[in-house]
Amino acid sequence: MQWNSAAEFFAMGGYGLYVWGAYAVTAVLVAVEAVTLVRRECAARSSRAQPEGKGRPR
Amino acid sequence: MAAGAAAAFGAVLARDLLIAYRRRADVLTTLFFFVIVVSLFPLGVGPEPDTLREIAPGVVWVSALLAAMLSLARMFSGDFADGTLEQLVLAPQPLTWLVLAKVAAHWLTAGLPLVVIGPLLGLQFDLPAEALVVLVVSLLIGTPALSMIGAVGAALTLGVRGGGALTALLVLPLYVPVLIFGAGAVAAAAEGTGAGGHLSLLGAMLMLSLVFAPWAIGAALKISLE
Amino acid sequence: MNWFKYSSPAAFYPLAGKMAPWFLAAGAALGAIGLYIGFFAAPTDFQQGDSYRIIFIHVPAAWMSMLIYVVMAFWAGIGLAFNTRLSSMMAHALAPTGALMTFLALWTGSLWGKPTWGTWWVWDARLTSELILLFLYIGYLSLAAAIDDPRKADKASAVLALVGVINVPIIYYSVQWWNTLHQGASVSITRSPSMAAIMLWGMLVMVFAFWSYCIGAVLLRLRHIIRERERHAAWAGAAGG
Repeated sequence: MQWNSAAEFFAMGGYGLYVWGAYAVTAVLVAVEAVTLVRRECAARSSRAQPEGKGRPR
Repeated sequence: MAAGAAAAFGAVLARDLLIAYRRRADVLTTLFFFVIVVSLFPLGVGPEPDTLREIAPGVVWVSALLAAMLSLARMFSGDFADGTLEQLVLAPQPLTWLVLAKVAAHWLTAGLPLVVIGPLLGLQFDLPAEALVVLVVSLLIGTPALSMIGAVGAALTLGVRGGGALTALLVLPLYVPVLIFGAGAVAAAAEGTGAGGHLSLLGAMLMLSLVFAPWAIGAALKISLE
Repeated sequence: MNWFKYSSPAAFYPLAGKMAPWFLAAGAALGAIGLYIGFFAAPTDFQQGDSYRIIFIHVPAAWMSMLIYVVMAFWAGIGLAFNTRLSSMMAHALAPTGALMTFLALWTGSLWGKPTWGTWWVWDARLTSELILLFLYIGYLSLAAAIDDPRKADKASAVLALVGVINVPIIYYSVQWWNTLHQGASVSITRSPSMAAIMLWGMLVMVFAFWSYCIGAVLLRLRHIIRERERHAAWAGAAGG
């Protein structure tokens, strides 16, 4: 563990803006994608009686 | 009795050239677009001769590329609209030959004029003589490649919403290698380092496009006609 | 075991439903491990200070962006050649995630470039190729969106994806050539091979984290596409049933 304090961690040796700017946008966009997909999936699973595994098109 | 592939090639080529001749204005507007766009750059960048000489290869090439791209719309749209395209696709002759004929006609009417006017515009930027020669050669090799690659985009977007902007979006990334080596050749000639490598790679791209594009164009046309 | 039975949307749908949560969970777990290594185990870099820690998301995003494009083109090609709907649906499911990865590679690359090279954008070979790859993804998505008939959209975008995938190496090498010609000294942002082992481990774990996450996300999106396109089918169940 090389960070002596939380402040040091956030400062990232002076590069905090760049490091956290990169990580923040990545986290936000990935979260948006994931949440959108998961919500759609949950909505579909709960609202429709999917015949999971029984389906074969006739 | 069905004609051979070569005869069909000749027939399609002749027809397209005749149609283009009857609509000469289309050819001229492409050319004037080229000239105007090239002239915009000094107006935007400033008249300093050294700067202009340095950006000239890129400016002329990008403008030629955009002019070629704008002319793609008319490669297939006329025949698509009046049903001729369907006949071509259904014809017994190999579609790749017929497609090559259409692209050749397009190049002769949209690409070759750029090759002719290009050096004159290069003069506006005070490009040295060796660079002007290489400009002509690079455009001569590059514009057919642009027509071939562009034809794929034109065939895919036939009758699709989004029109020219969509075709541009599809085609411009594929144009990048041709641009890099075309403009690079002229810049190398202007600097005095050899343009041979660039021109060879440009030639290689032309060969690749001649081999692969006709299949893609044919496939795209069949899909668009469904 | 006959795997080909999964080539119908109806058969693959429940399988995707079972797999997706596992991949997403694995992605989250690996991500946590990778980020721990990246922020707490890996030391500060001698030359770049702490700004280099961006590689732990930049490199995985870039690799995913390229891998996904190839996989997308593969499935699009299969769909075109064998007329299988599910393959084309898979290609459409892959594209948005691939485009997102490409954008993240560009964004993180730019933020890494600023402290390293002084400018927000560097025309180095890799970033420039990534930018063009983003245009290729956008082209694919735009063409598919512009065509109303789903099967026609499948085929047209498949031709585009195949043309694109052939061009990706050509574009990459020509941009590399262009870059070395115009800039003399190499301006590659990515590290030279002299990376500390712990940094490599962190990067590797993050690559697998991204890979897991992307598979999970794509499977979920594929299920959504299958629901949309197959809603008329008997197996899909009546709406609200």
